[in-house]
Amino acid sequence: MIPLSHVLLLSMILFTLGAAGFIIRRNVITVFMCIELMLNAVNLAFIAFAWHRVDLNGQLFVFFVIVVAAAEAAVGLAIIVALYRNRGSLAIDDVDSMKL
Amino acid sequence: MATSSSTGFFLLETVIKVVVILFVLLTSIAYLTWLERKVIGHIQSRWGPYLVGPHGLLQPLADGLKFMFKEDIVPAEVNRAVYWLAPFLAFVMAFLSISVIPFGGSFMLAGHQIALQITDLNVGLLFVFAVTSLGVYSVALAGWSSNSKYPLFGGLRSSAQMISYEISLSLGVIGVLMIAGTFSLREIVERQATLWSHTGFLSLLPRWNVFLQPVGFLVYFTAAIAETNRVPFDLPEGETELVAGFHTEYSSFKFAMFFMSEYANMVTVSCIATLLFFGGWLGPAFGPGWLRVILPVFWFALKVFCFLFFYIWVRGTLPRFRYDQLMAFGWKFLLPLALLNILVTSFVVAWLSA
Amino acid sequence: MGVLFYIAAVVAVIAALNVVLRQTPVYSALSLIVVLASLAAIYLLLGAPLIAMIQVIVYAGAIMVLFVLVIMLLNAGRETPSRGSRFARWAGPPLLVVFFAEFATLVWKQFGLAGPAAPAALDASPRAVGQLLFSSYVLPFEVTSILILVAVLGAVVLAKKQL
Repeated sequence: MIPLSHVLLLSMILFTLGAAGFIIRRNVITVFMCIELMLNAVNLAFIAFAWHRVDLNGQLFVFFVIVVAAAEAAVGLAIIVALYRNRGSLAIDDVDSMKL
Repeated sequence: MATSSSTGFFLLETVIKVVVILFVLLTSIAYLTWLERKVIGHIQSRWGPYLVGPHGLLQPLADGLKFMFKEDIVPAEVNRAVYWLAPFLAFVMAFLSISVIPFGGSFMLAGHQIALQITDLNVGLLFVFAVTSLGVYSVALAGWSSNSKYPLFGGLRSSAQMISYEISLSLGVIGVLMIAGTFSLREIVERQATLWSHTGFLSLLPRWNVFLQPVGFLVYFTAAIAETNRVPFDLPEGETELVAGFHTEYSSFKFAMFFMSEYANMVTVSCIATLLFFGGWLGPAFGPGWLRVILPVFWFALKVFCFLFFYIWVRGTLPRFRYDQLMAFGWKFLLPLALLNILVTSFVVAWLSA
Repeated sequence: MGVLFYIAAVVAVIAALNVVLRQTPVYSALSLIVVLASLAAIYLLLGAPLIAMIQVIVYAGAIMVLFVLVIMLLNAGRETPSRGSRFARWAGPPLLVVFFAEFATLVWKQFGLAGPAAPAALDASPRAVGQLLFSSYVLPFEVTSILILVAVLGAVVLAKKQL
């Protein structure tokens, strides 16, 4: 069988990679994708604990995380499109002031 | 506990099933192209392929050889990795959804129960939808990686069309799921195995879901035609509109893969329509033991053939939708209709079970 | 059974590295799809078939399509080097590795590397999930449906050329 600690370690590796990408990347869409990677790592931890503790509530929570991630992705990408239209660049460093 | 001999048997059985089903699917796709050209030809008062073999029956073979030996032209500025990935992705996704489709009942062989299905997931129907939604990428990526106007427009329009009609596709079958209470395709068919009544006219009609869910069936099949990019929803790949849409810049083997995956998607969608609405493999089964195993597969194939013929018939008959008409139809008509169907079905199911 | 988990885990980690390290957003997006698909396979192994299929249909099949279409629309090309704080970029990842080591130690002390025995089977059929969803979680369910409606309206308004 699969040891719980291995699953949690995988979840943590994915989360660390996502957080590292979030810090070092410049393209705003890639940063957004690293956020999604972090959300997925958390989902994996929820499913792992739901499996380990034989409790269905963990899986329900993953359902809600996926739905909220969908809503957030839609609004976030719309903001990115508006940002690109106004500033002409997809780099985070260029979004450093409220004035255009 | 699974012993090693039963694991071995399981592996052998699965490999044989996969090989047989793949072979049958590839042959049926090849002859579907022949059927299409013949039927459309006759609708248009001309013969289809006639020269290669009797009545053009060897035409698919000739086409296959042509695709293999044609020069593979790759434009210079394409994004190579994605350009190569797209047709393979389309092909894999088209053939992956066959793995949960049951073709017939199950039979005993050497003490083991063998079901005529590669695997029976208890979320089988959701698996088919999952694979369909991954198939959208092949179109979008093919259009984008070709680095040219017409494929890009074709790819964007086609992927927008596919994701719009995916919703109606999934919602159209929810009525059936409410009646059957399960996602497993085998169980949905088995619940259609009764007759309406045992006497009179109604005893000739089986309790197929199409009689219980006519609106659901119409929504599902219309969305399925749109999902597989067939006429009247084939604007993204129509020759008079966008050259050839997202697969303009593909030639020879990669084009053949797109072509095959389109027909494989047609076959999959027709199989799902038979299973969900027309009773799958259920039909009069009589005779000795081996005939009882073969006959359901024959009924299944016959029903799927009727759907494929209907697809081809529609292609020869209807004109193409304009893109804004297409999107308006999907969002403003089909989606509310599917939701209304779910509403009415849920009320009826709740009232009847109270 | 166990070996499938390790294969999926290795694929997920390699694809996640690809997401983080590639300079072209399209390849990052495609690698993220691979991560999502391998996580769905792991969910299947951990007894969550419905969530695995929802992950593929919604996350890998709809949200990532949105990402890919936006990348194509905005024609995002290769990334240029960052002008941001070099301290953050050089100190960040090592601190994250420290964070990871902390967490790994915690997991090791709590659950041990060999892990406990296999738990009892969880009834995660769609029927059970649906029953729980519509009994204990019906309020969050309705609230998330309103949330999605708000998100759709917000996305349409934000991405318009002229309000």
